[in-house]
Amino acid sequence: MPPDAVGGAARDSAHPLLAVDGVTLQYKTREHLVTATYRVSFKVYSGDRFVLLGPSGCGKSTLLKGVGGFMRPVEGRITLKGHSIERPGPDRMMVFQEFDQLLPWKTVKQNITFPMLVSGRCDRAEAEQRARSYIDKVNLTKFSDVYPHMLSGGMKQRVAIARAMAMGADILLMDEPFAALDALTRRKMQEELLQLWDDVRFTMLFVTHSIEEAIIVGSRILVMSPHPGQVKAELNAHQFGHDNLGGEGFQALHGRIHNMLFAERIEEERARHG
Amino acid sequence: MADTQAPPIRPEFETKPGDAGHIGDVARPLSAWERISNITAVRRLFILLVLVSAWQAYAQFLDNPLMFPTFAEAMTALWDASVRGPLLERIWTSIRVLMMGYAAGIALAAVFTTIAVSTRVGTDFLSTLTAMFNPLPAIALLPLALLWFGLGIPSLIFVIIHSVLWAVALNTHGGFMSVSETLRMAGQNYGLRGLRYVAYILIPAAFPSILTGLKIGWAFAWRTLIAAELVFGVSSRSGGLGWFIFENRNQLETAYVFAGLFAVIIIGLLVESVVFRTVETHTVRKWGMQR
Repeated sequence: MPPDAVGGAARDSAHPLLAVDGVTLQYKTREHLVTATYRVSFKVYSGDRFVLLGPSGCGKSTLLKGVGGFMRPVEGRITLKGHSIERPGPDRMMVFQEFDQLLPWKTVKQNITFPMLVSGRCDRAEAEQRARSYIDKVNLTKFSDVYPHMLSGGMKQRVAIARAMAMGADILLMDEPFAALDALTRRKMQEELLQLWDDVRFTMLFVTHSIEEAIIVGSRILVMSPHPGQVKAELNAHQFGHDNLGGEGFQALHGRIHNMLFAERIEEERARHG
Repeated sequence: MADTQAPPIRPEFETKPGDAGHIGDVARPLSAWERISNITAVRRLFILLVLVSAWQAYAQFLDNPLMFPTFAEAMTALWDASVRGPLLERIWTSIRVLMMGYAAGIALAAVFTTIAVSTRVGTDFLSTLTAMFNPLPAIALLPLALLWFGLGIPSLIFVIIHSVLWAVALNTHGGFMSVSETLRMAGQNYGLRGLRYVAYILIPAAFPSILTGLKIGWAFAWRTLIAAELVFGVSSRSGGLGWFIFENRNQLETAYVFAGLFAVIIIGLLVESVVFRTVETHTVRKWGMQR
């Protein structure tokens, strides 16, 4: 089944914001040339909360780096608004999993204004004003002049999200941004992120290995299989949030994805043991 | 093992945190003595006082100002040499030469590190050179320097550069290498490239290491300079601090030799604890990159 056959019919008329077309990505380790993804295709439309979901080794983070411009595809094309992606740029803001993504020598506010200023997106006055408004949006008003080392992990991730959103980038690339947080904070952050999306309606590409997080955060989920990463399915999840966590539809989708990922493992085992 | 029983089932309960008042104060101020002995400076000052009195007592017992003047005599000499004598002028000469050499060394280190971070050959080049020259005491190059540049400031600057360059280059390069991948990607994500990337991301991120390199470089340079000046005075009559020490030893003004040594120590301490400490508190400590 081609990836867009599920929900694409109605959207075919609109242009996708981001198109990943038959992309193969490879990287070198000290000993191997690893094929991280093999001929992956998907399309992200404006306003999507598009989730890349899969077990470790399915190349979802590598794919995000490809979209970020940190890696060039060996095969295929990645286009944003019809332009091929050549290098990293401020039109695709990344939010990383690691807490050390903030510049430790800048305060919270400076961390948010800095990318706007160096990329020439706006002048100082506008940058300040945007920074202030997004700091308020992520509830860090009291901490705007504090250095990152004085913040908790969750607060740092909020700053990173505010920094990405204040840029007004075309798409936010989130690489498991909540994976290093404790369960309670993670849940709160997911709620806040959805709240922000309701307010601002940005487009995001969100990588996770948690099925639950994918269903809660995502509006559309790309399920990937590992070694090398390939597309397994593309599913809709726009109707689910925290409220339906225990609900029937939620559980059904969760079970369906779980089976997809789990079936793969059984097949693999079988192949290995002959 | 066989007797393992299921744990008893106990009733559940919920409770509210009570008033902790009966424990007494949650925080109690420390006594004056405890607080004073917690100040590092006070404890160090005490050790200094003990050392000074031991010196004074021993020198008075020895009663031989030619070989070992008392602390009081050394201090009087220091005062006299700074107010009436040439000590300040000598210090100024030394500092001026040092600054020239230090600045040149840092500039060269910047060039070397830039080459090293931009290419792999450059990295190997820098590693090889530092491995070779870092263990070589700068003062050992003085004879060569004298041969090439003659008696005078150029020779001093040559050995100072040698003592600064490798320490700074090694630490800066190490600092650049250890900048986290996430921070690098964040910087590139902002669209920073080339020199802007180095200036806005790499240098601040590697600043703790760079500062360490500058400190080590400073200490090396200061020692090297004093040692080199002991070997020869700067060409004309305006010698440096090392020359001041050497001159006074020749005239058997031992108290003034001690005064010169004190000047070396004081300047070293001042730079270390005022200049570098100030830079540290306003940068790496404030940023939480160093405790």
